[in-house]
Amino acid sequence: MNRRLLINKTVMVLATGAALIGLAVLFWILGVLLFKGVSSIDWAVLTHDLVNKGLRNVLIGQFVLAGVATLIGVPLGMLAGIYLREYGVNSRFASLIRNLSDVMMSAPSIVIGVFIYGLLVVPHGSYFGWAGAVALGIMMIPIVVSTTDSMLSLVPQELREAGIALGASKAQVITTIVVKAAKVGLITGILLAFARIVGETAPLLFTSANNDYFTLNMNQQFPSLTVSIYQLATFPDQRSIDLAWAGSVILTFLVLFINITTRYIFRQRKIK
Amino acid sequence: MTLAMDTKDFYFTYAGAPAPTLKGINMPIYANKVTALIGPSGCGKSTLLRAWNRIHDVYPGNKYEGEVLLYDEQGGSENILNYTKEDELIKLRQRVGMIFQKPTPFPMSIYDNIAYGLRLAGIKNRSELDERVEKALKGAAIWNEVKDRLKESAMGLSGGQQQRLCIARAVALKPEVLLFDEPTSALDPISTGAIEELISELRSEVTIAIVTHNMQQASRISDYTAFMYLGDLIEFDKTEKIFVNPKEKLTEDYITGRFG
Amino acid sequence: MFNRLFRYSSYASSWLVLILLVGIFASLYYYASDAIHQFGFWHFVTDPTWEVGEDDEGGVFGGLIPILGTLLSTAIAMIVAVPLAMGIALFLTEIAHEKLIAPVSVAIELLAAIPSIIYGMWALFFLGPILQHLFGGQSNSLLTAGLVLAIMIIPFMAAITRDAMNTTPAVLKESAYAMGATRFEVVKDVIFPYARRGIIGSVILALGRALGETMAVAFVIGGVFRMPESLTQPTISIPVLLANNFGEAADLELSAMFYLALILFAISFGTISIAKFFFLRKEA
Repeated sequence: MNRRLLINKTVMVLATGAALIGLAVLFWILGVLLFKGVSSIDWAVLTHDLVNKGLRNVLIGQFVLAGVATLIGVPLGMLAGIYLREYGVNSRFASLIRNLSDVMMSAPSIVIGVFIYGLLVVPHGSYFGWAGAVALGIMMIPIVVSTTDSMLSLVPQELREAGIALGASKAQVITTIVVKAAKVGLITGILLAFARIVGETAPLLFTSANNDYFTLNMNQQFPSLTVSIYQLATFPDQRSIDLAWAGSVILTFLVLFINITTRYIFRQRKIK
Repeated sequence: MTLAMDTKDFYFTYAGAPAPTLKGINMPIYANKVTALIGPSGCGKSTLLRAWNRIHDVYPGNKYEGEVLLYDEQGGSENILNYTKEDELIKLRQRVGMIFQKPTPFPMSIYDNIAYGLRLAGIKNRSELDERVEKALKGAAIWNEVKDRLKESAMGLSGGQQQRLCIARAVALKPEVLLFDEPTSALDPISTGAIEELISELRSEVTIAIVTHNMQQASRISDYTAFMYLGDLIEFDKTEKIFVNPKEKLTEDYITGRFG
Repeated sequence: MFNRLFRYSSYASSWLVLILLVGIFASLYYYASDAIHQFGFWHFVTDPTWEVGEDDEGGVFGGLIPILGTLLSTAIAMIVAVPLAMGIALFLTEIAHEKLIAPVSVAIELLAAIPSIIYGMWALFFLGPILQHLFGGQSNSLLTAGLVLAIMIIPFMAAITRDAMNTTPAVLKESAYAMGATRFEVVKDVIFPYARRGIIGSVILALGRALGETMAVAFVIGGVFRMPESLTQPTISIPVLLANNFGEAADLELSAMFYLALILFAISFGTISIAKFFFLRKEA
């Protein structure tokens, strides 16, 4: 009996310890970022381009890349998710695609970069912005497929039947009733997918690479915050390292901000 | 008539709740009898039953007040509400077993399901385990159905068989009291009949308290009945009296189906 | 009209998932074919040399070191991460006070959302130097890479394991408690067996992530082509080799890198498929 209680106690203490370690690491990382943020972010960082030791162009570049990726990935992913839930449902094809999409969601991001290099960069002859956006867009598709699929599955069947009973076509029911009913969940999913790809580095390294100057021309090398962080962190001078930290801080708080607000929106909605 | 348990001036408050769910309950449980708890949903009958083996303590923050005495064979008694250490609670639950609404076979073989509690109680000897598993399964009238498949997963049994397996699992520990929390509400009529018959037979070895919302069931199998309403114990008496000649108007209304 | 168009475009989009997967395999194979012809499979994966020939022509390229680096760093990560993630999941499902569950869960999920490059930065400037101080060797090493990978996959693994453990019906746990089981015994004998598939699935999924992770490791594994003789020595992994050298490579070396990318994709595709198909099967 005593031995059983002792084992019980030990395991519970260890598990609590594990949770404490997890929290400690989170606070350690966040603490480092806050500290570095205070010491490395100033106006010059936000108003100068990378060439002048600022992050203005790469911040904008990162958003453009992720934004274009969203424009590519979201419609395709949503359409595919709609097919899986509304047309395919339990067919073998739909469950195959559903599973493959899940597998693709966990594919190494660097491999997507290598793939796009072979597919777009080699024919184009050099790194260019579109290649980076397409790589991120491809990463986004399976995430959007999965959220669309599961969010639409939460829409009650009666709603679809009611639409059909009023004489609406299947496509009308989907676009005007089902998607509307699942709106909040879909938006949350898209925002989380955006937060996920906006912090990606590996797929950009040899697709859009980086650019020291401001540009919106996606046919040439394109500025990227994450790629800049990677390059700056290994430079020997302190200013570059500070800049890498500044970029990391901005990126982290941006991603966490999106995560926290979407969670909040979703929860508010659920309570109603 | 010997007492198995005695509840005195008992209050129970769920964690975070502003008011107690059970208010001043006083009732005995007589040894080797079946005591039924009846009353409309939300009256507190399950809450009371779950207090008798302190299963509420699995969740933090619940509050008990009053006394719940558990008698041993020599007639001595302990207030189970005074237990604070985990080993006291473990011993309490080995003395006061529980059967739940839905069958709860553990994700392991039929044999291991029965042997589980025995192993926890420290029985390691293989032949003793075999013997007690067989005895428990026979006691729960399920031995003939499962004796050739003891190594198979318990999940493969039908709902009624699973519930009898759970009874066997509890019986194997030779508890003094068995608490049944609506044990047949998820079962079909034939399985229900088998469980009821089993409860009647078990009475010779163990004291039984059963929560049910089926009044026919209460009148069929119990010796004593307690009628509860909104957290109060309205009436406690021999089952015939409650059903034929209740003292309280409220009990009569409930029995005759005027509400509930 | 709209009805048909909508149906066909959504049907086509779902095919796109399959086309992309096949396309990735096909294009990697296409670019890797030179190296595959030159070195075969067994020879390539067992050869530790990576040398460009004179005048940048040809050369000998073997994948052993990056493959080993990938497997070893992942192994270290799993050894550290699995017990910690299980502990956190256990804490969140069975130990933590109700008021603690929400904030700790959110913290864990936020950790999972932090971009991997941030973990890399943190490890480069903080974790690495500390490990070097404690264990000697070099700051950028297999050990640092394995640990930062562990820290990166713990939140993810803990979150899925917690979800799997939470599917155990309360009444099943209660009936184990009602037999006199301790909390640990309930976890070991009821919750873990009940949630087994989900838990194993989450571990394999995390393994897949660790195998393919680039940025967290790129900063701290050292990036040098060297057989690691001890944990505190630097080496290289497939993703890091690609991240660092892909841009400058040409001809046969580039082809060898595509070959490694193909191998990495096949390994990760295999592990994740196992997790998905055998353990985390989605019920439609």
